[in-house]
Amino acid sequence: MAAISLTNVSKVYANGQVAVRDLTLDITDGELMVLVGPSGSGKSTVVRLIAGLEAASAGRIIIGGRDVTAVAPQHRDLAMVFQNYALYPHKSVRDNLAFGLRVRREPAARIDARVREVAQTLGIEELLDRKPAQLSGGQRQRVALGRAIVREPQAFLLDEPLSNLDPLLRVATRAELALLHRRLGTTMVYVTHDQEEAMTLGSRIAVMRDGAIEQVAAPLTAFERPATSFVARFVGAPAMNLWPAGWSRNGERLALTTSFFTLEVDSAGRRTPEGANVLLGIRPHDIVPGDVGTGDADAQIEVVEPLGASTTIHASLEDGAAELVRIVVPPHESLRAGDRVGLKIRRDRLHLFDAGSGRAL
Amino acid sequence: MTRWSWRWAVVTALIVGAVLFPLYWAIVSSFTPESRLFTAPKLIPAQLILDHYRALFTTRDFWTPIRNSLIVAGATTALAISLGAVCAYALARLQFPGKSLTLAFVLAVAMFPQVSIVSPLYLILRKVGLLDTYPGLVLPYLTFAMPLTIWMLVGYFRQLPFELEEAAALDGAGRLRTLWEVVLPLSAPGIATASILTFLYSWNEFLFALSFALGPESYTVPVAIALFRGQYQVPWGEILAGAVVATGPVALIVLVAQRRIVAGLTAGAVKG
Amino acid sequence: MSSPRMSSAAQAARGNETRLAWMLVSPALSIVAAIALLPILWTFWESLHFHDLRMPWLGRPFVGAANYIEIFQSQRFWSALAHTGFFLATTLVLELSAGLLLALSIDRVTRGRGLVRTAVLLPWAIPTVVVALVWRFMFESPGGLAPTLFDRAGLTPITWFADPVAAWAPLILADAWKTTPFVAILLLAGLQNIDSSLYQAAEVDGAGPWRQFREITLPLLRPALLVAALFRSLDAFRVFDLVYVMTGGGPGTATEPLALYTFATLLQNLDFGAGSALSIIVFAVAFLVALLGIRLFGRSAFLERSP
Repeated sequence: MAAISLTNVSKVYANGQVAVRDLTLDITDGELMVLVGPSGSGKSTVVRLIAGLEAASAGRIIIGGRDVTAVAPQHRDLAMVFQNYALYPHKSVRDNLAFGLRVRREPAARIDARVREVAQTLGIEELLDRKPAQLSGGQRQRVALGRAIVREPQAFLLDEPLSNLDPLLRVATRAELALLHRRLGTTMVYVTHDQEEAMTLGSRIAVMRDGAIEQVAAPLTAFERPATSFVARFVGAPAMNLWPAGWSRNGERLALTTSFFTLEVDSAGRRTPEGANVLLGIRPHDIVPGDVGTGDADAQIEVVEPLGASTTIHASLEDGAAELVRIVVPPHESLRAGDRVGLKIRRDRLHLFDAGSGRAL
Repeated sequence: MTRWSWRWAVVTALIVGAVLFPLYWAIVSSFTPESRLFTAPKLIPAQLILDHYRALFTTRDFWTPIRNSLIVAGATTALAISLGAVCAYALARLQFPGKSLTLAFVLAVAMFPQVSIVSPLYLILRKVGLLDTYPGLVLPYLTFAMPLTIWMLVGYFRQLPFELEEAAALDGAGRLRTLWEVVLPLSAPGIATASILTFLYSWNEFLFALSFALGPESYTVPVAIALFRGQYQVPWGEILAGAVVATGPVALIVLVAQRRIVAGLTAGAVKG
Repeated sequence: MSSPRMSSAAQAARGNETRLAWMLVSPALSIVAAIALLPILWTFWESLHFHDLRMPWLGRPFVGAANYIEIFQSQRFWSALAHTGFFLATTLVLELSAGLLLALSIDRVTRGRGLVRTAVLLPWAIPTVVVALVWRFMFESPGGLAPTLFDRAGLTPITWFADPVAAWAPLILADAWKTTPFVAILLLAGLQNIDSSLYQAAEVDGAGPWRQFREITLPLLRPALLVAALFRSLDAFRVFDLVYVMTGGGPGTATEPLALYTFATLLQNLDFGAGSALSIIVFAVAFLVALLGIRLFGRSAFLERSP
């Protein structure tokens, strides 16, 4: 049980490639921190730096109050669940689970008891004498988890543990992981590229891009108040709609103008100089389609995707527009491709970002 | 490509026949009486005798060279594998200055012409009193056995998933323990292949065995056969019997392990 | 090898790793250095001296390059070099083409591959001494298999091993017999690495089997062919066992390759000075051939392994 903090940590490879740049992150004791981002964002590297499998080029890593930057992975008292599980193929499940304890010279009786206890928790007692090759993907994943749990480490590191499971199993295991975290209360650092996993599991999420953190916040906070346009786009599905926009004056009132439409806005609380370029964002759930001419913009429906619990509509604001607007509507709206609709945009759900830096305004 | 199968099958059969024929001829001749060896050779012999084999193991004491070959080849293999595996692990997985130089050096040694180092080795062995002894042959054999095992095992270790060693590290195992408990057990196939090839090369070696043995007691099998002397003429019958016996273990190994051997020979030679 | 921007922590870890690495590497390395590096250095030093064990009273004076000059002026040396070159060229061409043919046929045979592989591996696995003896036996005159067949075919009889030119035939054939399988195995692996869909695409495009061979098989097989050629050249250059046992370099010195000439000078003539010079020459040429090969493939082929 420990807090983990990275201070100004960088990782530069010999060929000059920068995987992590000047990253600072504080993970509190017992929380489930999810590192999420597209591939290449550096999230796996961060976890490997915490584990000690990679050496930091700069910065400090402190686990449980102890500076471990120079400490080998063997002595950091962490456990890791690898994406491909990395189970010892020549050892039985029992020996896989027992390995870490044996290395620490725990007495045989205690090892045996602990292995059985963990096997029971994860429901893999019947598999104890089998070899990994004889197990299914889901079973292997449990053994990998078991191997991590059995040592009662200060923290768990999980590198895309669900990626290799098929979708149904993934959702079920996700819930189990959440339960496990609640039961054990151990600090967990979880890496994924799936924003849905991040949103559902994390006490807090850290959205990463190009080796740096864009935002660290509780999942809902990242959703409702994204710090950058990247986070806004990444978190929440379907992705937020973003358009470049400029301020203008419509008599007494302020207005935002995009290439497709103009919105009059309440000037109170909008702290931007006039004329500045911004990115205007609105989530698909916050656009309501109505009759043509009755909204802020007219659009032609191109694609309708009925998903069951909701329907996603892709519409174009202009003939031959490159990007389509994404709108989410209740499931039984009787809209079809080819229909023309008027879109009403909820003023209270507008997001504004600086066009240059992407920062929220 | 299927319509070519039968034509190629014929070609293959012909080639295989051509390959096996000399062996067949040698085996048949080894059972043929001396007097008939060079007169009117027949494809299928009329008469088979065991005289040559009997002579081989009685008057010529062929057991001694066989024993010598087994001990030398076995010891060379054991030594090359144990020292070579450890060295190969360091070269495959650890970072250290001079690594590629070391690897290049080890490979370069494999290309040394044996004749170029036979005289200094002779003098060195004589000086330390190892001439005409088992270590006196095993040590020189390591000039080709070590580079072979190191090269094969470096390749084999490299293709093991690195994650397993990382998992062991997080489990608290140090490098050596990881090598012993995780890497080596998983390398059994690679080690088997390297052992087989090393044993074969050691069994067949001739130049060093010829140069460092001072008397018939120390001959290995290849040397013994090559130096068979007859009273009045070359004892071809016994030579061929000796050849067949020398080939026996080799043939057995090939039969049992042909898949491994091919895998070992081709693993590094052709980039996938 | 080490990143220029490593923290001190990383450097400390790297230091530990280096220590461990050297610990693991030194036993093997020191043995190899002792039995290979030291001897070759000794040989080089010896080659600069006069040292004939038949005339021990003349001592062991330093003579610089005199041994080398004497060798380069000796007819026997140039003959030996020519013999080696001739042997290398003929066996290389023979073994690469026969090996390719064998590889192509094994590739197409789907049944009994294991048996074919076993049969084909036997010559490679048999001690060279045995190969030499068996082939000598077959060509021995009078009464050996080859002379008998010649006789029956009505051709003029040849005393193979008494004829300085004819003696090469059994040597080359024996070497080809022993080594072609090895080449075939290497090439077979290369063949099996060629994606069969390439052939299918070519067939759809209208290419016949010969064209497919020329435009798909040969180019994609080039790396394997080069590796096989390199290994064979090195081995052919160092040939000793086969010739020693089959012809002894004879008749006279008509089939004597460099390695055998060196051996004779050293351990029969006991002329260590000249013999060492010969050893160095052999070593130097072998080294150059190996260097050429490494240059051809880049160090990666030898130092790294595929996936």
